[in-house]
Amino acid sequence: MDKVWTISKRELRSFFDSLIAYILIIVFLGLSGFFTWLYGSDVFFVGQATLQPFFSIAYWTLFFFIPALTMRMISDEKKTGTIELLFTKPITDWQLILGKFLASLELIAIALLFSLPYYISVWMIGPIDHGAVWCGYFGMILMSMALIGIGLFASSITSNQIVAFLLSLFIGVFFLIIFDVLANSFTGVTGQFFSYLSLSNHYSSISRGVIDSRDLIYFLSIAFFGLFLAQTVLSKRNIVE
Amino acid sequence: MKISVSNLTKKYGSQRAVDNISFEVQTGEVLGFLGPNGAGKTTTMKIITCYMAPSDGDVKVGDYSILENPEEVKKNIGYLPENNPLYEDMPVLEYLEYVAELQGVPKEKIQERVAEMVVLTGLNVEKHKKIGELSKGYRQRVGLAQAMIHDPEILILDEPTTGLDPNQIIEIRKLIRELGRSKTVILSTHILSEVEATCDRILIINEGKIVADGTADVLKQQAAGEEMLRVQIADAANSDEVVSSLMELEKVIMVDPIKELENGFMINCKESAETRKEIFKLCVSKNWVLTQMTPIETKLEDIFRELTTN
Repeated sequence: MDKVWTISKRELRSFFDSLIAYILIIVFLGLSGFFTWLYGSDVFFVGQATLQPFFSIAYWTLFFFIPALTMRMISDEKKTGTIELLFTKPITDWQLILGKFLASLELIAIALLFSLPYYISVWMIGPIDHGAVWCGYFGMILMSMALIGIGLFASSITSNQIVAFLLSLFIGVFFLIIFDVLANSFTGVTGQFFSYLSLSNHYSSISRGVIDSRDLIYFLSIAFFGLFLAQTVLSKRNIVE
Repeated sequence: MKISVSNLTKKYGSQRAVDNISFEVQTGEVLGFLGPNGAGKTTTMKIITCYMAPSDGDVKVGDYSILENPEEVKKNIGYLPENNPLYEDMPVLEYLEYVAELQGVPKEKIQERVAEMVVLTGLNVEKHKKIGELSKGYRQRVGLAQAMIHDPEILILDEPTTGLDPNQIIEIRKLIRELGRSKTVILSTHILSEVEATCDRILIINEGKIVADGTADVLKQQAAGEEMLRVQIADAANSDEVVSSLMELEKVIMVDPIKELENGFMINCKESAETRKEIFKLCVSKNWVLTQMTPIETKLEDIFRELTTN
């Protein structure tokens, strides 16, 4: 576990050293703030003290930002050869991947933390459903975990950051849009199957304030599956033919 | 700690990068790994350091096998990879601390070890800079420092002196020699004088196979069978006569006049000590004056060329 922390500490620091972290936080807050307070179905338009506009925008910003965070994490190590240093240190592939996973999640958590003033100001305006807000944040974290898992997998199979970015967006589009569309165009078991795979369904039920174990299992298993595939890709080098 | 490589093979597709090689390295031995590009040096090192798995065979480091206990093996190895990959965006000190933590150096000892390494590799002036800003020589020092940070029993250095200036090369070689007294060191290089200067034993590898194994002196003797002598004989009537009389000597194989040296001859012979006496006696009996006679040592370069070109 120590090693996981060591790796995540370095990764997190490199986010801040390379400005990625600042850009992420500023753009994330800017975009979601703009739509929460100023434009479209913002708080004043809706006329309710709710963070729903914030969450629905954050949902899409994270969808674009997380692949941008994870794209270089493994692919860049492969490209520069530093992966050789890591592989020859006494750490397991799981420790390596979990460290990177944790670093991305920490950065997302920091960005979400900075959005707490939105919560507090909406709270000042009127009566707010605290349960729904916390569930919304919890849903964000769960969704981030799933997207980071996908992103790390995409990053592990290539040494090109752009390929990793596009691939994780591509996989993400399936979970965010395509499965949803398919769920609507099929009926019966097939429809239910796609409906279960659709990320937006699970996310909206959590952000309404209902935490169901099925939703938890859904997000965690996507995250785990992504990390598991990434680990498998990395450990391929150990196979004795 | 001892390294035993047994029947190691690594295939890339149908090509055998390493072809069934076996050797052992004892504690306190500095082994020089020589070979042309693509001979399999780096692949062998990558397998010993658990970076990649072999197609066949095993490596034991101490009592641990790379296949069964890679974590234990890695703990005992300090490795400097071929092109010395480093995190460009990290400052030197931070990077060394990071590696120390990954290597499992106890927390309270990390600062001490990092400071020691900085002094040992002469990084003091540059220690606060980012690695990306360093010159190649300093980057190489950082690579060496990270390899030695956890005081490993075994050091594996893939071309440790590339990019260093002559002064640094001498320092690093001295350092390797010192480390080699108590530790096991494997280093690979293209520079033959480096092997002679630093290694106790030389392993020449070509096309994935070991073609020579021994100390520099042993290798020279093996290749030596024939030796070269350079002689200068004055007062001879003509050089043809000298050549023909020298050729009559039993151990002499070839005699060539040297163009640049007046009355000079290059003699290719067996057992030079005996031949030198013979040549001297011949000169006395013919009343020639022997003004110069130098045995030319076989160079490691020649052995290397002989063994690695087909």
